[in-house]
Amino acid sequence: MPTAEPEPAPNTITFDGEPIPARPGQTVGAALTEAGIRSWRETRKNGRPRGLFCGIGVCYDCLLTINGQSNQRACLAPAEDGTSCESGSGEEGLRDGGTDE
Amino acid sequence: MVGPMSETTDLLVVGAGPAGLAAAVTAADHGLRVMLVDAGPQPGGQYWRHPDERYPVADESAGHHGWKVLTKLRDRLRVHRGAGHIDYRPGTQVWFIEAPKTESSPWYVYTTASVEAQPDHVPTGSVRAMRIVLCPGGYDRQLPVPGWDLPGVMAAGGVQALLKGSRTLAGRRAVVAGTGPFLLPVAVGLAEAGAEVVAICEAGNLTGWAKNVTGAVQVPSKGVEGAEYAKALVKHRIPYKTSTAVTRIDGDGQVQSAVLTALDRRGRPRSGSERAVEVDLVAFGWGFTPSMELVQAVGAETRIGSDESLIAVVDDMQRSTASRVYIAGEATGVGGAMMAVAEGELAGLGAAGDNGSSIDGARVRKLRGIIRRSAAFAQAMHHAHPVPARWTDWLTEDTLVCRCEEVTYAQVCHARDDLSADEARSVKILARPGMGWCQGRVCGFACAKIAAANEDRDLSPDDLARMSKRSLATPVSLEDLADLTLE
Repeated sequence: MPTAEPEPAPNTITFDGEPIPARPGQTVGAALTEAGIRSWRETRKNGRPRGLFCGIGVCYDCLLTINGQSNQRACLAPAEDGTSCESGSGEEGLRDGGTDE
Repeated sequence: MVGPMSETTDLLVVGAGPAGLAAAVTAADHGLRVMLVDAGPQPGGQYWRHPDERYPVADESAGHHGWKVLTKLRDRLRVHRGAGHIDYRPGTQVWFIEAPKTESSPWYVYTTASVEAQPDHVPTGSVRAMRIVLCPGGYDRQLPVPGWDLPGVMAAGGVQALLKGSRTLAGRRAVVAGTGPFLLPVAVGLAEAGAEVVAICEAGNLTGWAKNVTGAVQVPSKGVEGAEYAKALVKHRIPYKTSTAVTRIDGDGQVQSAVLTALDRRGRPRSGSERAVEVDLVAFGWGFTPSMELVQAVGAETRIGSDESLIAVVDDMQRSTASRVYIAGEATGVGGAMMAVAEGELAGLGAAGDNGSSIDGARVRKLRGIIRRSAAFAQAMHHAHPVPARWTDWLTEDTLVCRCEEVTYAQVCHARDDLSADEARSVKILARPGMGWCQGRVCGFACAKIAAANEDRDLSPDDLARMSKRSLATPVSLEDLADLTLE
């Protein structure tokens, strides 16, 4: 993806071990988007790709594992230098706030 | 029930967007000790989302309206923080609220970090507050569309958040679709950042504006904003197509094309009018959904607003029906940032007055006037930008309604038609839409509409309340629960 404000990207994060450039203040979701990566987990039932949707922390579509912590929202997490990201949301159920009502 | 981080404050303000900032600084001006918690990393909320202040940029305000209003509020927040009047807690979300035991005892509010994957994230804690102002804001309302779960389909607000917060373009060739004036800044923002915007598809036919012109002209600044956007659309050659919807999205693993369809006067897709356009980004917004989980958690009365959203009932000082809880901003009716600022200030004055401070009656009357005029404008806007009456016509049996639990339209219809689930709660229990991670935030409106469609009736507050009531306002880890010290 192109950037709105092309500038050097002094930070580096990793995505499944691959280095991805990031600018200070960007989110993980933004850095991945600029690197042309649009999905980073698959749904449980149908194995469909998921990435950013609401972009503001509401929908939980963009979950991935960040610095070993599962189920993190890429749209909120800052892409600080050295941040390590793994595709897949990680362990299911750990943070299940599910309710029947 | 008091956690290790517990403390008592005169006023807890939840949310540091337009309403919350105004409420917090106003209450602090009147001598209240205020705590301001916000899920975001810096003040401004979704409306004034801007680049990380730790890395200053020259054009911080790019693409913003009312930026001076924010900088003034931000300066006042800084002064109050320096003086110890406001304890500002960014990166903090509220996940549970417990009602006061007696008329004079505090509310208990439980918080956790909004981003945990950082070593220095804020700890789980609890706050005791004598009064609360809830300014939870809202997010784009969504309708299911075949293919809307493909990567590259995003909420219009998410596309704008990427631009405003990270200066990142979500795609190169976009269509912006849905209904409402918010589609305009999103399309213009994309174009100014270098994307090609193939079209804005506005489902409304906009004849509603003529009928409601008295409402629309009550806020002259809105006319100025409209003219600016009209100029920008011409400059960037963005076609503004009314009575048009994106009714299908196709692609292999991500968005490759979108189908644009004309809508007839009754909001039905016109067969034969379909036209496919090549795009890599579809930005959807069908107005906004206020975040109501905390409003419901405090037990405040709700009603259906003029845009069919669930909203809080408040009095002329923004008091909710819950004792010592005030509500301001989108949660009392979607009306935009300037109305939210006025409501926030009024809520701050209300809390201060009820706390025993003397408040300026003339200012209260002025704010009520601003709110009344803004509400008239918002109502005209809502009537001009309705959700198409027959939006379900573009669904197919296998269109996902619930993205989290992957529940299809056929499954929701089966629960409604064959299992007699005539309201959203039964649909939810039988077919499980709204039971996943987002807890119905995204599909709640659509599910309520589909459930009510069988009886051809309007939405009731119960329909939406049942889809948006959450026992926890946000998912929390078991560690967070374990960290609580329960008395």
